[in-house]
Formats: sequence, structure tokens, C-alpha cells
Amino acid sequence: MGDKILMKGAEVIGEAAIKAGCRLFFGYPITPQNEAPAYMAKRLPEVGGTFVQAESEVAAINMLYGASAAGYRVMTSSSSPGISLMMEGISYCAGSELPVVIVNVMRGGPGLGGIGPSQSDYFQATKGGGHGDYKMITLAPTNLQEQADLMKNAFDLADQYRIPVMVLSDGLLGQIMEAVEFKFDIDPSSLPHKEWAADGRMNRKKHLINSLDLDLDGLERHNEKLQARYRKIEQNEVLCEEYSTDDAKICIVAYGTTARIAKTAVEMLREEGYKVGLVRPITLWPFPVNHLLKSVKNPATESFYVFELNAGQMVEDVQLVVNGTKPIRFYGRMGGNVPSPNEFVEKIKEIY
Amino acid sequence: MNDMKQIFKVTPLLSKTKRSYCPGCTHGVIHRLVCEVIDELDQFEKTIIVVPVGCSTLAIHYFEMDTVQAAHGRAPAVATGMKRAMPSKTIFTYQGDGDLASIGTAEIVHAATRGERITTIFVNNGIYGMTGGQMAPTTLEGWKTETSPYGRNLKKEGNPIRMCEMLSQLNGPAFIARTSVHTPANIVKTKKAIRTAFKAQINDLGFSLVEILSTCPTNWGMNPVDSLKRIENETMNYYPLGEFKKVEGL
Amino acid sequence: MKFELCAAGFGGQGVMAIGQLISYAAVEENRFALFLPSYGPEMRGGTANCICIVSDRQIGSPIVPNNESAIVMNTPSFLKFEPTIEKDGCLLINSALINEKSQRNDISSYYIPANHIAAEAGNKIVANIVMLGALLKLKKFAKTETIQKVIREKFEAKGPKIIEMNMKALQMGFESV
Repeated sequence: MGDKILMKGAEVIGEAAIKAGCRLFFGYPITPQNEAPAYMAKRLPEVGGTFVQAESEVAAINMLYGASAAGYRVMTSSSSPGISLMMEGISYCAGSELPVVIVNVMRGGPGLGGIGPSQSDYFQATKGGGHGDYKMITLAPTNLQEQADLMKNAFDLADQYRIPVMVLSDGLLGQIMEAVEFKFDIDPSSLPHKEWAADGRMNRKKHLINSLDLDLDGLERHNEKLQARYRKIEQNEVLCEEYSTDDAKICIVAYGTTARIAKTAVEMLREEGYKVGLVRPITLWPFPVNHLLKSVKNPATESFYVFELNAGQMVEDVQLVVNGTKPIRFYGRMGGNVPSPNEFVEKIKEIY
Repeated sequence: MNDMKQIFKVTPLLSKTKRSYCPGCTHGVIHRLVCEVIDELDQFEKTIIVVPVGCSTLAIHYFEMDTVQAAHGRAPAVATGMKRAMPSKTIFTYQGDGDLASIGTAEIVHAATRGERITTIFVNNGIYGMTGGQMAPTTLEGWKTETSPYGRNLKKEGNPIRMCEMLSQLNGPAFIARTSVHTPANIVKTKKAIRTAFKAQINDLGFSLVEILSTCPTNWGMNPVDSLKRIENETMNYYPLGEFKKVEGL
Repeated sequence: MKFELCAAGFGGQGVMAIGQLISYAAVEENRFALFLPSYGPEMRGGTANCICIVSDRQIGSPIVPNNESAIVMNTPSFLKFEPTIEKDGCLLINSALINEKSQRNDISSYYIPANHIAAEAGNKIVANIVMLGALLKLKKFAKTETIQKVIREKFEAKGPKIIEMNMKALQMGFESV
């Protein structure tokens, strides 16, 4: 600990998970995240953990369901088409209140799409994705240090709220190398025993892990309980970075890879005297409503510009917060194309 | 009275919850056999059952051991996750023929070929019960169901699938057997097979599965007695009973 | 301090290693580094290139519109990246495999017969290290000792002979410009 190590993004995911106390990984190959399972296959046996290459993403997420039901920290990593296959299982985890961590190294869609970096799974991650009224905490790192740090948040939040947590990375963060420092190293045996786990009765009452309730009122009560938990998460677990927003005439909203490009654009614009700021949601759900409201209420801020690697998804959440009080513009690239900061600079200059 | 031997008792592993299974359904018998075996092998406190989607989803309230309900067809994957997390525990799935032989074929085949140390109780009645009597992958030729109203036509609906024969080709399983519960003698044989299957897991020998031929009087449109006769007269002709795989040491 | 490089060539010419070694050296010297690889869909023999950024500050965009410096190891890479070099930028051309000459007079071009020099050092496989040595002299993105250290670490498992050959290639590359 303490030393900075140059690592590939997908491997950072794996090592950070191990250091967060995860010893179980189930996954299926898909580009551009293959280095993550490969890393785990090599590394987990060294620390007494278990790696299983499942027969499909469908099976993988259900292996997570089983290992989580047993009371253990468990994760998978995949990319967009694979995540689609996992949606049924994620809905079951939400219904059965099982903590699992899913990493989505997003690639361009729809369908088989391409293998370039994308952010086109924002809706799927933040609005549910699978069936039923459920939410998934969604964490969006912008660089590899944050990708390492957020893996611990992911496991902690999953356990605390008994909820699926998604780390929404992308093909660029998966492939780049940067130096990271692992600021934690948790011994799994030091983690508290999960009192609700189905791990064999051993002199207690039966435990049931279940999402079925054929009693209409019973199922409604279950849903109300989940919703109350989601409200609590919305109140307590928002993460957001605000950069140069105090006097910003134009406020950019961007996350993940796009946000780091936007940040460079803000620096370039500031050097030329343009007053531009950046609001960067780190939790995409819960969405940082109050952080963004500060800019909405800021008299210096005249308008918002949303940058994404998709056709406009988070922009809808921004619209809900801004609620018609100020103009919102959107610029996005798709299909795995990643813009340079100059592209953003030009967009801002066009309307400044 | 004192020298009388107890030959029947209520197994403590089954709950006293009122059952919702239809009259004549054999799930009750099979539940009881499984519980007796687990009790006799002294595994109660360390066993977790994974229940499927189908009629036996209702079993979430019938077994007294820890219970995990899985998505349709995914019980072997869920059990894999549990067993890998807790290798010293006894994990078994309880699945019907729609769950195991249709939507869950990938999961059962791969759990079997990996040789997962889990046990599967596969209840085959050749029909979808819970959803109201649709054709199953195991429905026999000519059988009329909601979705094969003219009788299963092999040219149109394809052939019924024999899971034991298929799975026994793999190297992962330690024990694969097909039994029936249509007569007392067969019930005794079924219990013996279930016992062997759990032993395969406990002795770390490999994957184990017992397919049990069963009835569905409601959706077959027959009374319970005729349903049992149908197993003898029709089902067993296509699905022969026997042990398809048994490794040394069992 | 900020340094940006694009290294490009056939898969197997070691262009990724150039970017990685520079990144390792940067981390060794407590700077921020970013390495972004880009491969063709094929596993072997296709085109490959990488971007490497070194800075004293946290690195924002991994995408740079124009390349400050570039190493091109084969003709397709020359044709693709020569126009992308920014004004006053620096282009290192492997003249052992590239016959074309740069027509641009707003950049500095260096013609280095990397394969031939590498062969002299022991094996043409270390042509990438020859280019690294030349670039090190021109751009001074790290201390020579640091680059030597990371080369030693990277090739440790391959034995002292391989390390020696790489050191020689680095030195000869350094002296070639």
C-alpha cells in the first residue's frame, strides 16, 4: 500500500476488488474487458479466492446471486451486450435484496455494436434495465485512481443497503494504463458476518432468499420497503465533483471519460478567458440533484451543456433538475468515437 | 408397547405449512424423500436448497432448511455460486422439466460438465404445471397440452428430450439416475437413488442428478390413480428407469 | 512539464513497449502518466499504435487532437500519422523500412534506420528501443538512468543477455540523432 503502480484499467478493477475483500469472481469473456477476468483468474487463487468462467453472462450473474445469498462479497465484469444478458439476474438480486457488484466496461451498441468506448448504457444502468421497480447504485469513475477507489465504495454500499451496485466504466478506462495507489486492503475475514445469509441453519431459524410474493399486499409492502431504502440512498450517498462552477457562465455536465475530456476543455477555455465550469456526477444514480441545483440557482450561470458518448441520455436527468429555468444544450458522439477536448471547446465557443 | 419399533415419523425437515400442490401431485412424496435422506445423512443444518420457477417455487415455504429461490432455469448457476462460496455446505437444486430441460439446459449441462459438487433433484412430469398445462420439452408424442392441442407432433414440435442419457455422456457427473414414484417399490428405489446422489456430493465425487418421473393429474386431465398408471404405461417406455452413470466409490 | 507521444507500427514491432516504458519511467519519477493502446481487430500482424502522455499534473483528456511527437515504424503508420503532428512537433521515422520523406517543413523529422542499428546491437527486434533512445535524447522526457532502470525491470525475466542488448540498442539510438 502507498506505492503507485502503473496498471491497465481492467486490471485495476480486479486488484481493487481483491483489496476490497472480494474473493469470488464469475464472468464470461467479452471485449473490451477481458483483462479483468484474466487478471482475476490468475490472482484470486493466490489469495485463496475462486474464479469461475461461466457458460454465459446469464449463468454468471446467477452465480453471483448464489454466492451473495451465501453472504460473500462477489463480483462480475462484462461489457454492454453481456450486461444486457445479466439484466434478469440483476432484477432478481434487487428483488431478493442481494449485494452484488457488477462492472460494465461500456462499448458501443445497439446489438453487437462495436468495441470502442461508449456511454450508451446510462439509461440501462440508472433507470433499472431489468423488469420491476428497482434501482442500482451506479458509480462512474473518470480515471483509474477513482476506478480503484470506487470499487471499495461499490462493495461497501452493496453490503450496507443490500443492493446491486454497478461500476459504469467504459472501453477507454478499461484499456488505458495509469498509476494508481490502493488505499485499502481489507481482509475478508474481518468483514462482519451477514446475519441474513442462507449459509446453513446452524442452530437458528430458517433463512429464505426470495423475490416471490404471490400476496398482492405482501409484494406491495416489499416494494415500499425497497423504495424507502432508495430514498435513503438518494439522501445520503450522492457523490459529485464541481470544477470552476462559481463564476461559470456555461456549466458543462459530463461524467466518466467524457468528464475528463471536458475538464481539459474547461482548462483550455479558462486560459482564453472563457468562464466555463464542470459538474461531474460520480454517482449517476443517485443523481446529484442538489449539486446541480447550485448551478441552476447561480445567477452567473446562464446555460448548461451536456456532453456524453451517446445520443443524449443523462441530459434527461439534467432537464428534470433544471426544469425549464435555463437553456440546456447537448453534444454527443456515438459508436465508439471519442472526441478530443478541442471539439468541446468549439461547441462552447459557438454559443458563448 | 415398549418393544414396538417406530417405522414412521414426521420428518422435522418439512414445515407444517399447508401445501398448495394439487391432489395426486407427487411433489409431496418427493419432498419427503429428499428430507428423509438429508436427515438420515445428518446434513440438515448445513444444507441449502435452491428452488426453481415452476410449481415447486412454492417449496420456498415447505422446507425447513435455508432456502434460496432462483430465476427460471438458473438454479444450477445459483447453486454453483453457493457451493464455490461455501464448499463445505451441501447444496441441492430442485427443478422441474420446464425449468431444467428447456430454459435451463445451458446451466444444467455446464454445472454437470464442470462436475460441480451439487445435487439436482429433477422432477419430470412432461408438462408445465404452474402456468397451466403447456407443452414441455419432455412432453411425449401425441400428448395433448394447451400448446399442443392436437397432440405433440414430432414433425412440428420436435422430439422429447432425455436429460439423463444426455448428461451421462459428460465426464463431470458422478451419479445420474432415473427413477419413478408411481408405486411403493419405486418410491423406495427413488429414496435410495437420492441418497446415493447426496453421497456423491458429500464424498466430493462430482455432480449428481436424480430424475424422478412424476405426474400432473390436473393438467393431464386424469385422476391420480390413472396418472400413476400412465407413468407405467407411457412415460417409462420413452424414459427408461435406471442408473446411467455411477462412478467408483458410490 | 508535459510530453505527448504517438508510437505506431505493425503489431510485433514493439510500439506498445515504447509507450509503456515511458509511462513506467514517468511514474518512477513521480509524474502522472497515461498510456492508451489501440489495436486493429486482429491479434497479430495488424497495425498498432499507442498514445503516451506524461505530465506533472493530473492528466485530463486521453485524446489529443494533434501529436506533439511521433515514432513511426512502418510506411502505413508514416502515412497515417505524419499529417497529425502538431506545428514544431517531432517525427521519428524508421528509415530502414520507410522510403518516404516528410514534405512538411513545420516539423522536425529524423530518419533513423532503426532495424539496421538494432541488428548491430544484436537483433532487429530491439528496433523499438533504438527509437526510444533517439527520442529520449531529443525530448528528454525522463532521466536516462530511469529509462535504463525500467528496461532492466521489464526484461528481468529474460536474462542478462537480453537486457544487455536492449541497453546497447538504447545507447545506439541515443547516439543516432
